[in-house]
Amino acid sequence: MPLTAEQISSTVQASINKLIAKPGALLPILHDIQEVLGYIPPEAVPQIASALNQSSAEIHGVITFYHQFRTHPVGKHNVEICRAEACQAMGSRHLEAHAKSSLGVDYHQTTSDGAIFLEPVYCLGNCACSPSVRIGDRVHARVTPERFDALIDELRTDKLEVLNG
Amino acid sequence: MVKVYVPQDSTAKALGADAVAAAIQIFAATKGVELELVRNGSRGIFWLEPLVEVETADGRVAYGPVMDDQIDSLLNAGLLDATTDSPLYLGLTEEIPYLARQQRFTFARAGIADPVCLDNYKAQGGYEGLTKALAMNGQAIVDEVKTSGLRGRGGAAFPTGIKWQTVHDAQPTDGETKYIVCNADEGDSGTFADRLAMEADPYQLIEGMTIAGLAVGAEQGYIYLRSEYPDAHRILNEAISRAEAAGYLGENICGSGSKFNLEVRLGAKAYICGEETSLLESLEGKRGMVRAKPPLPAIVGLFGQPTIVNNVLTLAAVPFILAQGAQAYADVGFGRSRGTLAFQLAGNIKRGGLVEVAFGLSLQELLEDFGGGTYTGRRMRAVQVGGPLGAYLPESQWDTPLDYESFAAQQAVLGHGGVVVFDDSVDMSEQARFSMEFCVAESCGKCTPCRIGSTRGVEVIDKIRANQNRDANMELLEDLCETMVDGSLCAMGGMTPFPVMSAVRHFGEDFHRTTADQNEEVSA
Repeated sequence: MPLTAEQISSTVQASINKLIAKPGALLPILHDIQEVLGYIPPEAVPQIASALNQSSAEIHGVITFYHQFRTHPVGKHNVEICRAEACQAMGSRHLEAHAKSSLGVDYHQTTSDGAIFLEPVYCLGNCACSPSVRIGDRVHARVTPERFDALIDELRTDKLEVLNG
Repeated sequence: MVKVYVPQDSTAKALGADAVAAAIQIFAATKGVELELVRNGSRGIFWLEPLVEVETADGRVAYGPVMDDQIDSLLNAGLLDATTDSPLYLGLTEEIPYLARQQRFTFARAGIADPVCLDNYKAQGGYEGLTKALAMNGQAIVDEVKTSGLRGRGGAAFPTGIKWQTVHDAQPTDGETKYIVCNADEGDSGTFADRLAMEADPYQLIEGMTIAGLAVGAEQGYIYLRSEYPDAHRILNEAISRAEAAGYLGENICGSGSKFNLEVRLGAKAYICGEETSLLESLEGKRGMVRAKPPLPAIVGLFGQPTIVNNVLTLAAVPFILAQGAQAYADVGFGRSRGTLAFQLAGNIKRGGLVEVAFGLSLQELLEDFGGGTYTGRRMRAVQVGGPLGAYLPESQWDTPLDYESFAAQQAVLGHGGVVVFDDSVDMSEQARFSMEFCVAESCGKCTPCRIGSTRGVEVIDKIRANQNRDANMELLEDLCETMVDGSLCAMGGMTPFPVMSAVRHFGEDFHRTTADQNEEVSA
């Protein structure tokens, strides 16, 4: 269920209050908000700006500079495919194509059932056992298209259990 | 009591180490075997991960790679009795040739013990460097680092002692402090040495930063860690809090009266933040836009104060230098490249992993003797050294000695020591295109040659690949690369042409295939 404006505002304020004393607090605040809400709501921008005594444009500029921060809700599971050279040498271009066609989405899109948000990543530091995929905080090595499908199936099964439970 | 080690390193886990560890625990419980299961770091022999070790009277014996579908049969074959009767049996870990032939200074402790156990760290020589540093004045510490010949391991290879001297001599604004910033934004593809150092031996980095703080009079340190490394994040935070509790960090380090605090800050998926000035902007809570130099960060760095910005492995080399003496470090190496470099064998390679050796080995020796050829078994064709901004080397250049100057003479870079191997199925015009595409995605946008040049680069390479006006476009690509090299503010735009032009120069045939050839390949 979507959060109400008050809930969003109080979540954002909690992140601000917790971290504002740190020097250079903006990135830690943005990480914290995204960690809790899954994205950084547009209405958080003026709230952060006012707390840090900066303009909304400055906050917006920082959010949009970094690939990690997003300004809209996305799928339940974050699936990142490494696009960098070591993975290319082990067939990641083929894996990317397979992932996009089997999920029916391009990068930065969520599948129609809301389960999977597909993103590119440039290196997961697992380059001796490529190609690599990250799901949540978990890295998977030597991911073939078949292994990818199995991983996605596991995620979708989890989702059903949660819904039924 | 049987003591078994299963790494908690993220590559080991990516290959199923957690499932292996769980199976061992269940087996021991069912059989009533008293088990001590240690989740150690990795030794970096990634092609053998998950590498399971069992302690015996003669030392630790290893089994690997132990995939989760093999663990049950290995357990039944007698893993907990250290059976030698298994195809996965590797003998004593220390005698595995891949490891035994390395010269481990910075990675000496990697994979031995639970990485966050402070007592283990101290038992293995940890904090000896700091103890010596506490008895020295700042200048003496800086002199020791100078004598070691240590150069920045992030890629630029700037002499570390000289950087430290500059920060030592600079004065912060009244009421402010100097800073030690660790660049842990290891974004280069094919590199994982920083990650391994942080996950397997976090106290070494913490100790190195503390020594740097004492050397230059800095009271605050930050580790700027890429968010792609969640395991390193967890391990560093745990190690920092234990070091604080034990008095190795904080307001009064080991009762010396000196102060040094340390905090991990996460990046947010921006390759450019590995560039030191962009990293500082990001730490200050801004867009990671590159700053013009001068002023150097050593003089005007984080929050405008004198700041050391060093790579993880640079700072991690410092405890050894203080503990063993600068000369012990300087004694190994090649030419002006002293000490060891942690090479990382990656991509299409049979035996990928971390190889810490003295400078001077040839690339060929690294690829064959350690790497064992390609993973796919096909012919090795191109090797990219030094990350996405490093040149692609053809076979004719593989005899180049691995040191900074020899690589520079080949218009290549050693960089952070990442070595990415490609077999003969690679299309080098596609790789050149990717280099430009990566620069489009990751340029901070501050300077025109990088921001616009990379976009034009993708377009020009697309035209060449589509056989449009090829000769004129090849010339244009060369011109464009020259403009980017000469006109960019930092290495992002300034070095993106290295892989591109090396592909053109050494693998020109991939740019001269006609569209008909390519269609034929696709249909075949």
